[in-house]
Amino acid sequence: MTTAVAERRTSTDHLDQLEARSVHILREAYANFRQLCMLWSIGKDSTVLLWLARKAFFGHVPIPLVHIDTSFKIPEMIAYRDRLAQEWRLTMIVGQNAEALAAKRTFPDGAVDRITCCSLLKTEALKKTLSGEWPRRRLNLATGQYEVDRNREPYTGVIVGARADEEGSRSKERYFSPRTQASAWDVGEQPPEFWNQYKTEFAPGTHVRIHPLLDWTELNIWEYIQRERIPTVSLYYNHGDGKRYRSLGCGPCTQCVHSDARDVGEIIEELKSGKFANIAERSGRGQDAADGGGLETLRRDGYM
Amino acid sequence: MLLTTERSSPSLRDLPPVADHRRLHLVIGGHVDHGKSTIIGRLLAATGSLPLGKLEAVRANCERNSKPFEYAFLLDALKDEQSQGITIDAARVFFRTASRPYILIDAPGHIEFLRNLITGAARAEAALLVIDAREGVRENSRRHGTMMSLLGIRQLVVLVNKMDLVGYDGEAFARIEDEYRAFLAKIGVEPLGFIPVSGREGDNIARPSAAMPWYDGPTVLETLDRFRSEVADADKPFRMPVQDVYKFTAGGDDRRIVAGTVETGRIAVGDEVVFLPSGKRSRVATVEGFNVEPRREARAGEVAGFTLEEQIYVARGEVATVAGQPAPRVATRLKASLFWLGRKPLETGREVVLKLGTARVPARIEAIHRVLDASTLATDERRDRVERHEVAECTLRTVRPIAFDLAAELAGTGRFVIVDDYEIRGGGIVREALEGGGEGQAAWGRGQIDEARRVERNGHTAGLVLVTHGAEAARALEAALFDGGAQTAYLEAAAGRVADAVPVLLDAGLIAVVDASAFAASEIAFVRDTAGHELTVVSGPAGDVGVPEPAAVRAVLQEKGILRS
Repeated sequence: MTTAVAERRTSTDHLDQLEARSVHILREAYANFRQLCMLWSIGKDSTVLLWLARKAFFGHVPIPLVHIDTSFKIPEMIAYRDRLAQEWRLTMIVGQNAEALAAKRTFPDGAVDRITCCSLLKTEALKKTLSGEWPRRRLNLATGQYEVDRNREPYTGVIVGARADEEGSRSKERYFSPRTQASAWDVGEQPPEFWNQYKTEFAPGTHVRIHPLLDWTELNIWEYIQRERIPTVSLYYNHGDGKRYRSLGCGPCTQCVHSDARDVGEIIEELKSGKFANIAERSGRGQDAADGGGLETLRRDGYM
Repeated sequence: MLLTTERSSPSLRDLPPVADHRRLHLVIGGHVDHGKSTIIGRLLAATGSLPLGKLEAVRANCERNSKPFEYAFLLDALKDEQSQGITIDAARVFFRTASRPYILIDAPGHIEFLRNLITGAARAEAALLVIDAREGVRENSRRHGTMMSLLGIRQLVVLVNKMDLVGYDGEAFARIEDEYRAFLAKIGVEPLGFIPVSGREGDNIARPSAAMPWYDGPTVLETLDRFRSEVADADKPFRMPVQDVYKFTAGGDDRRIVAGTVETGRIAVGDEVVFLPSGKRSRVATVEGFNVEPRREARAGEVAGFTLEEQIYVARGEVATVAGQPAPRVATRLKASLFWLGRKPLETGREVVLKLGTARVPARIEAIHRVLDASTLATDERRDRVERHEVAECTLRTVRPIAFDLAAELAGTGRFVIVDDYEIRGGGIVREALEGGGEGQAAWGRGQIDEARRVERNGHTAGLVLVTHGAEAARALEAALFDGGAQTAYLEAAAGRVADAVPVLLDAGLIAVVDASAFAASEIAFVRDTAGHELTVVSGPAGDVGVPEPAAVRAVLQEKGILRS
């Protein structure tokens, strides 16, 4: 038995390398930030991130997970979130723009356009939840109910599942990216990052975004989900009607793509050689519309 | 023709293509206008890595504007799209050859981008350096060479470009090779080889050149597939900077796991581990992991975790090593080559924070021996400051001992960064460990009583509590800890004096309580770093404990292993 394991270990493949770097970064973040949280959108990327945290901390997740609930998420996503939170004993924090929802200032209510809706229900809710200005609700694992969290301290370290290949500007992110109080990002004046040393010191009032998945591609994500057998929402798979979600968001603004992929293996095949090949490779840039699909447009719509 | 085949890169020719299909990080550097972009454009086209129709579109655009097509335009067009209006920094270009994928980091020629070059190039496993055959070796040819050497890139190939403009003359090529080889020798770099190319005509990029029969080495494309992936070395002495010691009690888990990334070597169940600089020892009881097959060994490159047979107290910042193997140096003084990126110059006497592995310790620039112009290699030995973008040889003195290796022996644990005013503003590699300490704890002399005996008498290890809620709260806290049986001391003074006194109190095994309410955030950080994070609890609104409640502080002291549970 030992020999087999040792053999696998000597031939570390690209997934092992990606995993090692991400785990190292998660541990650095945990060691350096007292008020640390991790964003969990329920999608595949941030779920891989959550799994990597279990790797880093030997089965535990000592970092609170923050989910911004727009109230329009596909119900299956919320059920999956709460099921995993129970199973993996997660510190689950949920934030919401209660005012906008109460006043029905949303796109599904017909009051505002998509972009405004996103900025109200997602961006604004995220900022105010991270800063502690708005109440955070926390899952009580004993009762299964969400209760108002007593911790209103601003989070100074925020772990995010962004990947460099998603779009151009992200290829310039650092693993540890400082943000000003207003969450602004100064691309021109970024700190250098080398030799496994990151920006872990920060001036009062600023915070740091941490990107452990920066080097991963969409294909890597699916390969890792397959290797580790990470549970994912079934919305990603075709259940016989030739449709599936490629990325997940709010019900009214996320559309399916046409695809026959029924499981992780078939998605990987599709990304490698099928109709979705070249798209992740090409950093999701618009000029690839030539490959005939309007898939880019779909992805952007779904992606927000 | 003077040139014989022996001149042309025998080392390159002898390298076999690798059968490694992992992605390779590559950096390309060189002086402005020496033709980097053209070569990258060629490589992208030759490997079929361009988006559909891109080549045609750029050609058509050139025709419309009646300018001759150049491969460099391709790269510009790609960058424009990639950047989406944002200033370019170390741009990453993705392509693949038949054997593996590559990330090519295009090092900006302008010195203002040195910060970005370092971020990109520090991860590179191999480097291409482009020199114009007409212009010869220029400022950035040398500067990039120096930086790549400091960053520890071991595989360097030099492309002598624009050979078409010198009539494919082998002697012109040989002159540049001789000059640049001599320069590289001065900084201790031995290139894998030199290739004469023409980016514009495509000679020796993806196909051998008929115009240069005197060169029989590999093309650039063939050379790429000969670079070896940097693999973490499992046969060297074991080094694992401790990232943390985890004890997650949820679900009845009683494992106490020492976690970190293994830089070099390997460790197995039963091995005797020595933690440095503390010198504490124990044996590996188990090697831990999540969702992996049970195993008994962890190796270089892995993110590892192991438990120990005895419950000794170790913390982040120490280096785990294996007894009997060559040990790292432990010292408070070291000589280093460093590069400086800060706008404010680095002066003799300046206090900075040094981060090496996971250790983080305040240090002072004790002496600047010489400042080196990274381009001309001219040295100035009478300087007391290092300006932005300069390279210098310095002696640094840390406030407490740290464990490190010499960069020439073990690169991973032989290099550090310098943090100044919250930012990484420099980096360096250790050349030498020096004798003598100065102001560290040892400055006050050492008695016969060792730490273990003090711990036995006091019932706890030394610790430091910085209280920012006011003197009253700090005094009450000290009294509560004292009444609870701890050996304590109380300090109320300026941060500098506190930092001087703290090492003495800690050496005496006491728990020092400090009124830090008048300290600036940077002063709190400085005092905390003087004692070490593992020994320090900050009690205050943004600290480890929000309230100055003795019970809450006591809980954190227990969590840190200072007080017994």
